Amino acid sequence: MNKPAPQITPTGRPNPVDIVRASLKRRYARERRFRWLGATAVLIGLLCVVLLFADIILKGYTAFQQTYIRLPIALEAESIDPEGTGARAAIEDADYLALIRNALFELFPEVRDRQERRLLTSIVSVGAPNLVREYVLAHPDRIGTTQEIWVPATADIDMLMKGHINRDLPEAERRVKDQTLGWIDRLAAEGRIAKRFNTPFFVNGTSREPELAGIAGALMGSFYTLLLTLILSFPIGVGAAIYLEEFAPRNRWTDLIEININNLAAVPSIVFGLLGLAVFIGFFGMPRSTPLVGALVLTLMTLPTIIIASRAALKSVPPSIREAALGVGASSLQTQFHHVLPLAMPGMLTGTIIGMAQALGETAPLLMIGMIAFIVDIPQGFTDMATVLPVQIYLWADSPERGFVERTSAAIMVLLAFLFAMNLAAVLLRRRFERRW
Amino acid sequence: MRLPMPALGIGLLALILTMAMSSWLLFLSVLLIMALAYQLGRRRAIAQVGGPTKIKRLHSLPAYHGLYAALWAGIPALFVMGLWIGFQDQVIIAQVIDALSPTQIEGLSPGQFNLLISDIRNLATGNIVSAQVTSELQAAADHYNRLRALSRIAMWVVVLALALGATLMVWLQIHPSLRARNRVESITLAIMIVFSSIAILTTLGIVLSVVFESIRFFKLISPLEFFFGLTWSPQIALRADQVGASGAFGAVPLFVGTLVISVIAMLVAVPIGLLSAIYLSEYASRRVRAVAKPLLEVLAGIPTVVYGFFAALTVAPFIRSLGAWLGLDVASESALAAGLVMGIMIIPFVSSLSDDVINAVPQAMRDGSYALGATQSETIRRVIIPAALPGIIGGILLAVSRAIGETMIVVMAAGLSANLSINPLESLTTVTVQIVTLLTGDQEFDSPKTLAAFALGLTLFVVTLALNVVALSIVRKYREQYE
Amino acid sequence: MNTMVETMNRVTDALSAVELAQERAFCQTVGDFTVPNPRMTCRDVEVWYGPKQAIRRVNLDIGRNEVLSMIGPSGCGKSTFLRCLNRMNDTIPGCRVTGSIKLDGQDIYDKKLDPVLLRARVGMVFQKPNPFPKSIYENVAYGPRIHGLTNSKAELDELVETSLRKAGLWDEVKDRLDQPGTGLSGGQQQRLCIARTIAVAPDVILMDEPCSALDPIATAIIEELIDELRANYSIVIVTHSMQQAARVSQRTAYFHLGDLIEVGETNQIFTNPQHKLTEDYITGRFG
Repeated sequence: MNKPAPQITPTGRPNPVDIVRASLKRRYARERRFRWLGATAVLIGLLCVVLLFADIILKGYTAFQQTYIRLPIALEAESIDPEGTGARAAIEDADYLALIRNALFELFPEVRDRQERRLLTSIVSVGAPNLVREYVLAHPDRIGTTQEIWVPATADIDMLMKGHINRDLPEAERRVKDQTLGWIDRLAAEGRIAKRFNTPFFVNGTSREPELAGIAGALMGSFYTLLLTLILSFPIGVGAAIYLEEFAPRNRWTDLIEININNLAAVPSIVFGLLGLAVFIGFFGMPRSTPLVGALVLTLMTLPTIIIASRAALKSVPPSIREAALGVGASSLQTQFHHVLPLAMPGMLTGTIIGMAQALGETAPLLMIGMIAFIVDIPQGFTDMATVLPVQIYLWADSPERGFVERTSAAIMVLLAFLFAMNLAAVLLRRRFERRW
Repeated sequence: MRLPMPALGIGLLALILTMAMSSWLLFLSVLLIMALAYQLGRRRAIAQVGGPTKIKRLHSLPAYHGLYAALWAGIPALFVMGLWIGFQDQVIIAQVIDALSPTQIEGLSPGQFNLLISDIRNLATGNIVSAQVTSELQAAADHYNRLRALSRIAMWVVVLALALGATLMVWLQIHPSLRARNRVESITLAIMIVFSSIAILTTLGIVLSVVFESIRFFKLISPLEFFFGLTWSPQIALRADQVGASGAFGAVPLFVGTLVISVIAMLVAVPIGLLSAIYLSEYASRRVRAVAKPLLEVLAGIPTVVYGFFAALTVAPFIRSLGAWLGLDVASESALAAGLVMGIMIIPFVSSLSDDVINAVPQAMRDGSYALGATQSETIRRVIIPAALPGIIGGILLAVSRAIGETMIVVMAAGLSANLSINPLESLTTVTVQIVTLLTGDQEFDSPKTLAAFALGLTLFVVTLALNVVALSIVRKYREQYE
Repeated sequence: MNTMVETMNRVTDALSAVELAQERAFCQTVGDFTVPNPRMTCRDVEVWYGPKQAIRRVNLDIGRNEVLSMIGPSGCGKSTFLRCLNRMNDTIPGCRVTGSIKLDGQDIYDKKLDPVLLRARVGMVFQKPNPFPKSIYENVAYGPRIHGLTNSKAELDELVETSLRKAGLWDEVKDRLDQPGTGLSGGQQQRLCIARTIAVAPDVILMDEPCSALDPIATAIIEELIDELRANYSIVIVTHSMQQAARVSQRTAYFHLGDLIEVGETNQIFTNPQHKLTEDYITGRFG
């Protein structure tokens, strides 16, 4: 800047403006560094999000398809229904594994050795006979004919077809031997191997065999647990919020409740599991591993979230609404239920959905109350032994088979899809009903 | 007239408890009586003033009379029913034990005694029994079944009598001057007070459950050994009656492991979280902020089991091979992997808390600094951060408490064996991992192994509670400062 | 959030003036807006918030060692104009300034000129006292520290003392320099903010209603201080109080809905306003 007469301060120091000007370059360099540091932090955070999702999707997307083998199975009347009665019981009891084996031996007549034949049989899933049984039960009229039926391949073959097994490895280090590779290649050349949509993943319960394991059981367990959690926590949370926000006198007791709620929101979830184990199972003798106990624990966990959100929603309703209602002679409860509550409801529902999303993803406390048991059956009610989706993910993640890795990732994708939907609903709800007073 | 929410809640609470014990039918009956009572109360109120045209003479609207009757019909009955279902098993078991011959219980350790009781229960319900079924056991089981049947009938009688009796009582009370609305409101208010107290009950339940079991544990193993012992190997302690002296319950390795993993997590989360909060709230344009902020918050919504999977199957092997490439020996379940992923999980936690406190710093502070010629980063570092520091520290303490209590990531990605070490490349175990390992699978409820889990739970609860209380009070004070 | 809300408030404040301004024809300033040997010169200054205009073609000089007061009804744009003088409007998104504002002949909106350097020369005191949540000493030392004005602790101590003395606060706080600045009374806080500004040795001090949050006694002390400071600095003060303008300033500018209506000697403005609007305002017919 053009300063007409450079000032010299009384102490003889140089002009402040010159000092400032001299320092500017250094200071702006520091400014840029700081800004760059912040941008880097944001980028690292975003990178983590991308990595996490990319990792899970890349590991899991293949699980939505499953390798099937098409076999010409001779549904011989003499082995399925020797008496020709067509009785359901007889058909159910028949030895379908033998039929499948026969079909395989027909395709590969050169395989004669017992050892080799066993190896050949093992390319088909142990769940295949069940499938054939269901097919015959559905089409009893086809007994006595030969049908081309798609049966699931075993997990190793599935992995091979999806490229998770490296063919270049020495045979000894490979889970699929050279001989089997030959058979598979021949089946593939004949168009007898294909990847099809993995229905079993969505309709089966869990299983020891990756190719048969599904999430239906865990989904139903999660459904029952969440339903109960919702039924319990929503009225209790809203009731508590209304009382604390609108009616409670300011005294020690309500202060204590407030502090309690805030602290409970930060208590580690596993401690709630201990509570469930000691109180609900140990003291009240409720049945272990059931959605009932799971829901009770999750209710206690989500209550603080719902109460805090509901109170915020109540706070945002302007006092003028209450005054107007009271002014026309409504009682304080009528004011709440007729006027304040409907206005606060979207906020309360948003909080509840977020609480439910937390509950859906919760794992640790449910391990404590035994929802970790290996349960193949799909639960039918609140008191059936069950597991939930996140626990299923935990259990599968622990399984060493390669086939479970992709299924775990796929189960995670399903879980995340549900969570995403719930959060989207919360956001939309908030947008739709957002009011500015 | 809308049905007050809390009344609905009580009804549903009862629904759950009853379904658990398959007392569905009784519950439905009570609901039916409630509906009946509502109609009766309403009609009677109208009838008393001589028809619907004259309801102005009523103190309260007819619906309130009905509601009043329904509440009286339902609440006492359902309350008694809940208590009955909650406590009948204990009463019955006590009776069965009284009836057992002294020779059967003589000289049994608590564990064996519990086994006996569960055998009786299993035999009665037709489940698999661990011991030989003796005639005495069979007799006890039969006795148990008889008592249960008796209890069920008694419950039906008592609950239905209560519901119908209360309905009758209200029916007699109904009168044009009955202040039904006020009474309904008092009841609703009372129910809401009960609901608010559940938070206290939960805390009480947590404290009681962990404290009682911990006291039992500390009777077997001295607190001194638990808190200062350097060896942790509960798996040795298989035989319940010989454990006291084995010296395998020193929890220091777990504390150290928890600390190391939490420190790694905080080293990741605090700089990234804080800096991104600063960048997003001070530098980023509105559009960048609108995209980046929700994306970062996605991290907070991902279930911890997913992070565990990511840590165990992706990050841990990556760090291991990276270590191998650098010539370092990294355990396959290294503390580093668990800590890193836990840090990623905590990033949005730190950043959103920091964002809040940074935005709470008044614009006047920024203006004051800019007016003196400070650059933006100087303003942030010398004015905003110092002003927001208490809030940021509070937020970080909350994040630490979350890291300490985090379970799934460490269960899936950290080790099981208790090495006393601070080397993040080794496999370390944490308090939460041990609680899970000790309590999953079938254990007797009384073995020191199980009890140890509760002692660990108590420690965890006390530490996190202390952190939370301090953090929340700092944050609250900070907010008040600028309000 | 707070930042946003405050920004919004500032914007809407100005906008209320803007909307009216757009409906009226431009109003030529009455009186001589120039001074000999000015410290700052403003020519054809216009301020826009997005599509809306808050200030229209303002011409005004700021002399050396004078106190210039700016008065006018709420939302007339006087604060907005004040904030242009040290580019504090830069922090408001969507704000645009045209025309020329020169400090000692240098255009302050020149791309090459640094706002940091400008603000070191044109300090600002705000409506509400805003001491940093630091000690009294650190509050005053903040400016010199960021600019690196001193080379030793002793020099800094001396600078803090002289600044506090100039702000008339030294005797009241010399024994508790390490205590938080937020613990002082409102008037003391405002003098602390003045000391903080002086410490950077500016040429111009802008004051945005510095006494509006203070009681009459504290106000009197600040007014006295302003009069003393005139010896070394140019001071521009925005005020709501006509009495204050009359007491402390040598020249007065009257703003109305984004226009500079009249400017002149304070005595003349208050005793013999030329423009009808000025007269109405002075005589209390609106405002």
